[in-house]
Amino acid sequence: MLLLKLFFAFMQVGLFSVGGGYAAIPLIQEQIVNIHKLMTMEEFTDLITVAEMTPGPISINSATFVGMRIAGIPGVLICTVGCIIPSFCICLTLAHFYYKYRTVSGVQVVLGSLRPAVVALIASAGASILMLGLFQAELGDIILREVRVVELVIFVLSLVILRKFKVSAITIILGSGVVGTAVYTLMGAVG
Amino acid sequence: MKKDYSKLWTLFKSMFVLSACTFGGGFVIVSLMKKRYVEELGWLEEDEMLDVTAITQSAPGPLPVNASVIIGYRMAGIIGALTAILGTILPPMVIISVISVFYEQFRTNPYIATALEVMRAGVAAVIFDVVINLAGNVVKTKRILYIAMMVTAFVATYILDVSAMIIIFVCLGIGLIDLFFTLRKKGKKI
Repeated sequence: MLLLKLFFAFMQVGLFSVGGGYAAIPLIQEQIVNIHKLMTMEEFTDLITVAEMTPGPISINSATFVGMRIAGIPGVLICTVGCIIPSFCICLTLAHFYYKYRTVSGVQVVLGSLRPAVVALIASAGASILMLGLFQAELGDIILREVRVVELVIFVLSLVILRKFKVSAITIILGSGVVGTAVYTLMGAVG
Repeated sequence: MKKDYSKLWTLFKSMFVLSACTFGGGFVIVSLMKKRYVEELGWLEEDEMLDVTAITQSAPGPLPVNASVIIGYRMAGIIGALTAILGTILPPMVIISVISVFYEQFRTNPYIATALEVMRAGVAAVIFDVVINLAGNVVKTKRILYIAMMVTAFVATYILDVSAMIIIFVCLGIGLIDLFFTLRKKGKKI
């Protein structure tokens, strides 16, 4: 019964979290903390912290975290599957129609107007992460003098390497983590 | 058939690695997918990847999962979609399962905290690399409408904090109006 309850709770999270990661947080809170009382608010805050520190979509992360806490490995599987079933069905349908009709010229005109928007959305995500990396702050709270030099150098170097050589993105991301941590450790700024 | 199988494995592996190394929101993984599937593997066209992103954003559910379903379906039908989804969800499932047990040690480890902070600079560089290419192509269309939409959408989402959903739907509206005028212009010529 508990597993069934978890399954449907996360199915609702998956179905109603429109608009990306952070939109899912209040939904998960509603389902898990308020309605089903499967976690306390404190545990839920821990969950958000962990989800932000680790890779992967926030709703999958929370499904796994909640599932593990409440019912171990079976819980993880049930919660995650519940969470992705709506996405799977809806996107499969959309993909089917997209590939069937995407060459129609009218569809091309409409899709053409979505592309600049998508580029802008990706750029905006990049700008947010850059600001967070360089200033540890959101756009409104930036103090220019407090720029982190190590991060700035890593950013510029990474960008130059990416533009000039064929290096995979993963190498750059992991490399920046290793190099940056090493530099901060040598500076005695860690621990 | 053999070729299909080898593609499935590459698909799974690519999704797995991307998912395991993607910190931050959905658009981060989208720019990594663009780099991987358009530039490195040559499986998708650039416009196609942008369309997939728009569809992904308008559907409910986590963005990386949605994108894997569509890309997987494109490469190998429903089996492909399942393969891609598995690659995407396995890393967070394993990582979080382990972390939920060692939560305190993880949260308080200074090296992990530092690495996660500096990695943002690398992630930002990857996104900017992708954005430079994408924005360059929008400018190359030489359509003032598209360039203006791109700039306006950026200001709206980054500075004014308008949600991505609203941006997509407004641009969809503009696209429909654009279609209407395109059709009418064609009608007059004939």
